[in-house]
Amino acid sequence: MTGSLVGRNLLAGAEPDPARDAGHRDAPPRMGFFTDTSVCIGCKACEVACKEWNAVPEDGLELTGMSYDNTQGLGASTWRHVAFVEQRKPLGNASAGGDGDLRWLMASDVCKHCTHAACLDVCPTGALFRTEFGTVVVQEDVCNGCGYCVPACPYGVIDQRPDDGRVWKCTLCYDRIGAGQEPACAKACPTDSIQYGPLDELRERAAARVEELHEVGVADARLYGHDPQDGVGGDGAFFLLLDEPEVYGLPPDPVVTTRDLPSMWRHAGLAALTAAAALTAVFAAHGRPGGGRAGSPRLRGPRMPGARLPGARLRGARVRGGWR
Amino acid sequence: MGVRAWFEGWPVYRQLTGDDPLGRGAAAMSPDTRALTPRTATADRVVKSICPYCAVGCAQNVYVKGNEIVQIEGDPDSPVSRGRLCPKGAASLQLTTGESRRHEVLYRRPHGTEWERLDLDTAMDMVAERVIATRRATWQDEQDGKRVNRTLGIASLGGATLDNEENYLIKKLFTALGVVQVENQARVCHSSTVAGLGTSFGRGGATTFLQDLQNSDCIVIEGSNFAECHPVGFQWVMEAKARGAKVIHVDPRFTRTSALADLHVPIRAGTDIAFLGGIVNHVLSTGSDFREYVLEYTNAATIVGEDFQDTEDLDGVFSGLDPDARHYDVTTWQYAGTEIQAASGERDELYERRADHKADMASAGRSESHGSGGAGFHGEPERDRTLQHPRCVYQILKRHFARYTPEMVERTCGVSPDAFRQVCEALVENSGPDRTSEFVYAVGWTQHSTGAQFIRTASILQLLLGNIGRPGGGIQALRGHASIQGSSDIPTLFNLLPGYIPMPHAHSHENLDAFIEAVKTDKGFWANMRSYVVSLLKAYWGENATADNDYCFGHLPRLTGSHSTYETVLAQLDGVCKGYFLLGENPAVGSANAKMQRLGMANLDWLVVRDFSLIESATWWKDGPEIETGELRTEDIATEVFFFPAAAHVEKAGSFTNTNRMLQWHFAAKEPDGEARSDLWFTYHLGRRIRRRLAASGDPRDRPVLDLTWDYPTEGTIEEPNAESVLAEINGRHAAGGPLSAYTELKDDGSTACGCWIYCGVYADGVNQAARRKPHTEQIWTAPEWAWAWPANRRILYNRASADPEGRPWSDRKALVWWDAEKGSWTGHDVPDYVADRPPSYRPAEGATGVDAISGVDPFIMQADGKGWLYAPAGLVDGPLPAHYEPQDSPVRNPLYAGQQRNPVRQVFAREANRFHPGPEEAGADVFPYVVTTYRLTEHFTAGGMSRWTPYLAELQPEFFCEVSPALAAERGLTHGGWAHLVSARGVVEARVLVTDRIRPLTAGGRTVHQIGVPYHWGPNGYTTGDAANDLTAMALDPNVHIQEVKALSADIRPGRRPRGPAVPKLLAEYRRRAGITADTGMEVRG
Repeated sequence: MTGSLVGRNLLAGAEPDPARDAGHRDAPPRMGFFTDTSVCIGCKACEVACKEWNAVPEDGLELTGMSYDNTQGLGASTWRHVAFVEQRKPLGNASAGGDGDLRWLMASDVCKHCTHAACLDVCPTGALFRTEFGTVVVQEDVCNGCGYCVPACPYGVIDQRPDDGRVWKCTLCYDRIGAGQEPACAKACPTDSIQYGPLDELRERAAARVEELHEVGVADARLYGHDPQDGVGGDGAFFLLLDEPEVYGLPPDPVVTTRDLPSMWRHAGLAALTAAAALTAVFAAHGRPGGGRAGSPRLRGPRMPGARLPGARLRGARVRGGWR
Repeated sequence: MGVRAWFEGWPVYRQLTGDDPLGRGAAAMSPDTRALTPRTATADRVVKSICPYCAVGCAQNVYVKGNEIVQIEGDPDSPVSRGRLCPKGAASLQLTTGESRRHEVLYRRPHGTEWERLDLDTAMDMVAERVIATRRATWQDEQDGKRVNRTLGIASLGGATLDNEENYLIKKLFTALGVVQVENQARVCHSSTVAGLGTSFGRGGATTFLQDLQNSDCIVIEGSNFAECHPVGFQWVMEAKARGAKVIHVDPRFTRTSALADLHVPIRAGTDIAFLGGIVNHVLSTGSDFREYVLEYTNAATIVGEDFQDTEDLDGVFSGLDPDARHYDVTTWQYAGTEIQAASGERDELYERRADHKADMASAGRSESHGSGGAGFHGEPERDRTLQHPRCVYQILKRHFARYTPEMVERTCGVSPDAFRQVCEALVENSGPDRTSEFVYAVGWTQHSTGAQFIRTASILQLLLGNIGRPGGGIQALRGHASIQGSSDIPTLFNLLPGYIPMPHAHSHENLDAFIEAVKTDKGFWANMRSYVVSLLKAYWGENATADNDYCFGHLPRLTGSHSTYETVLAQLDGVCKGYFLLGENPAVGSANAKMQRLGMANLDWLVVRDFSLIESATWWKDGPEIETGELRTEDIATEVFFFPAAAHVEKAGSFTNTNRMLQWHFAAKEPDGEARSDLWFTYHLGRRIRRRLAASGDPRDRPVLDLTWDYPTEGTIEEPNAESVLAEINGRHAAGGPLSAYTELKDDGSTACGCWIYCGVYADGVNQAARRKPHTEQIWTAPEWAWAWPANRRILYNRASADPEGRPWSDRKALVWWDAEKGSWTGHDVPDYVADRPPSYRPAEGATGVDAISGVDPFIMQADGKGWLYAPAGLVDGPLPAHYEPQDSPVRNPLYAGQQRNPVRQVFAREANRFHPGPEEAGADVFPYVVTTYRLTEHFTAGGMSRWTPYLAELQPEFFCEVSPALAAERGLTHGGWAHLVSARGVVEARVLVTDRIRPLTAGGRTVHQIGVPYHWGPNGYTTGDAANDLTAMALDPNVHIQEVKALSADIRPGRRPRGPAVPKLLAEYRRRAGITADTGMEVRG
């Protein structure tokens, strides 16, 4: 055990090197995605390339009426999802000629590979783990389908497949990147909207891109999930958006649902000690202990009520047209 | 495993002893996870291939393990795609290895109600026998006393999704069999491109290549949904945008392309000539043209003959109109002092006196033969370099376009003067010596009854702005099938022989000399026509072709008018055409008036369908719409149907020609499974079987088949013909057998053989140049060592124009090729599209002919006068200049020419199933009040055969829908997500409704015009199903090239689903009654 881990809250707060802290001694640089939605053409190549590579099953023919989005959201069988948002709003730098007051936002969503990943923290089997690249991956040979991770995700990404019970999500193509290859979605992306690389480099590039867009008048451009100080310690997959995150179906201020777990455990421990002390006092007063029924509660840390944060279940939040 | 290892492998042990105290990382990894290896790393081999969908030509790496394809992804080495793929390309693995593909031959006997199994061998024999029998029964030695040497009893359709080698064999075999009705998707997609660009510049292909978009300062995308239909090509627009270029999208709908543009200009569908004409007027009236370029490189100064009368003089039509024959006599359009090409040559005087002769020739699609060589004339035209002569092209142009004012643009197109001004200014500001603008279009321009003239208008504009032949300039024609440029170049088209050599016409082309005399030009490379033709005949008939027998020229079947795919359907309905091959094309969904396509097939004796799955064109007899309505009964249909499963691109070798004339080789990764076979295999072995059966024949009609060179080496257990040997034949060889390296080596004495003269050089030095794969990162930006482009590996055509008349680049910023006086040659970043050692100072001697007649300043070396044609004195049949006419079915009165609503010489057929709508202001006009435009989506491909059966694509766009504005939804009571049905005089379809701001009503012609968008991918078969939009469309064609008008038509829309069964024809009859439609409706020539 390295000394650096002692006394730190490993579930929240500053975490510059999640891979090392997860026991990967000679970890390569942390890798991630930067999805620049300002150049996304909504072609969905990412969705298909992902499904082809990972053999993710087709999951339903439903015309949703949500613009050209018939995928609806990330799920067990959708690891990349392109959102389409039609707005009566100028694009910023577009001329006011014909449709200057109309814009069509497109954005490819994906698992955020959080610095503090609650799904991983709550997984009781070790199926979810932090890779040497700092990404978060489900091991399908370990997952037993308990589903604890599902409500833990502040983005509503990880999901169970009904026919199989296990959970599935983006692996950031763990197999490919381990062999020095690009993840399938990033490789296919025709306009380089999805960029893969060392997270540090991506963050620099993203900051420059925002500046560039601001210079040409796209005042709406902003980054999402890039900040190591945010509620999840920054995302391994972050975005350049052209509107508020809610517009794209993203939670505005996600917080790792296990942030307070250590303090909850401490409080629980303290409570247990207090209770034990009280009981001891009672028994001391009454002379004999009374069976085992009042033993300490079986704490299942992960199933904290706090894990259901507002906005955590995005799929529920996204209205499905309502005309079926 | 020892106990210790077992214990140490226990995650808890690792957690407690390692660096991962919380057990969330290294300690949690399972042995499987630790052993994870991508299948791209464990594949046995990586096979180089090309995406089979659109014509961008993205390179693919196919990973093979054992005999299984395990992954297909982009090849990062490609200069075009840089490793990227769109959703369709990314779905190639599922397309090729998925469960929806068929691998067995199926047979439907006459009047049968179900499919039966048939083994491949038996089926091939049966087809061979039917070809022979139908050919015999329908053979024509003569028509009207002239030798035609053909059968109209057999037709084929398809080729744009196939390899060049496959198209070559199909055309070769069918031509030898006397089959003239050989057609492919190029007819219905981009035939008007060939006529429009060919007559303007001398070649019918896009003038530039995709990567060059990055050099553009302003990109106008119009008539194309670039981002959706060619997503990987669109990366070059994004590159340009990143470098500061302005991107403008002019389109009826706000699409995914508009979303990325700086400016979207909504336009009424079918009015682009008015819009572009308005820009031409702006350029001319403000003197914003690039004067030196215009003067030196275009025909602006050329004087037109006295007899020419413009639309200004004749109330909306040009001189020479013969209303009875629905035809223009083009002689009055000529330059002063010249004579049109068709006037020469030996002809049949008796036939000549008949009124319909010229119409007959014109209808034979001759405009399309300018795919590589402009229209010709004899004589020396006069020029006025002051541009003041009232009959010089420049002045004619000024007068012609004067009425295309911003106000007229607004009234016609529904485009606001402000938006129009912005486009004009962007183009003018970004054109000139130091800047260039590029136009990008696709079938939004081609599929109109004036399609060729749409492209002509853009050509005129780009010539005036000096944007042709220069980096970042040009006209980019985006084609939509993997090899549709190839299936035009090596045509499976009725009117062409390989390399845009016209098919001979019965009444004018009696022998080789007469033919050559009639089709060659005096000047330029088209003057060497005899070498190209004789070399082709040598490739077809080898040693049997000799000087004594006219090189077997007599073996070629002759045309007598148009035999396009649409006339073929009529021939089927009339019982003339009895046998039909569908080779990767699905007309029951994809061609205009899909109902007539199906009815035509129901009248055949036999039908062969080769495809991946049971497409609608294979099963209409069982479950087509007419079976449902009761108009046809399965038991009554006598058509015998053969279904042959096709091999996929990864199961065969061959070349695709991409949208920019670039041939890229794809290698076979494995043999096809089951009875799936390539079309190379099918054609070759069908030919062998036919030849074997005819071997003993003494009938002279069988000589063309028996004399054919038809002996290609085969490989593997299935005896696949060697595709490279076919490519070598296409490239051509010397009599001694060595490969040719350029078409300049071709001879007219029979000492060279060449299957397609413009492809000569693709197998230079015996090396497959199309297979070259030098990474783009290791060469200059034009990437000349990646694959091979015709002509002569040039990437930007007419690039002599990138230099000024003295041979210097117009500016450093826009340098491409230039004259190097020291070396005495042209040099630069591209292969010069010019005589390499001809100095700018060269002037031809008087009377010079052929290549010697090209002056040192003339960049358009395939044109008869070396100039870009602002005015086309020959080559087109509906006008030397574009004029805006309304679509066949339009709710708007033509604002530009009050006296002429429609293209007077458009091709229309008055058939029961092909009725037209009343014109505006006629009684019943309000029955079909809305404009409909058809289109593609990113997630699907053409008629759906390669996407609707593919689950990963089907789920992305799972239902047929229509897009309407909120205003139209309110007007007709349509609800978002609900159902609507659309009705035309031809059919009714139902679709889910998307109400969206992306569609907006426009004000045009003094009224509100609502437009409805309908993607045309669906049909009743497949994994995602829906009605076919082409049940609404009509056969109304451009007269130059017979392309159908499906980008602008009219219809009604009503809420709710359509009726079922016999109620469908009843509904249509009721609509026709209400609109007062008769056989004469919409058939007028004038008015």
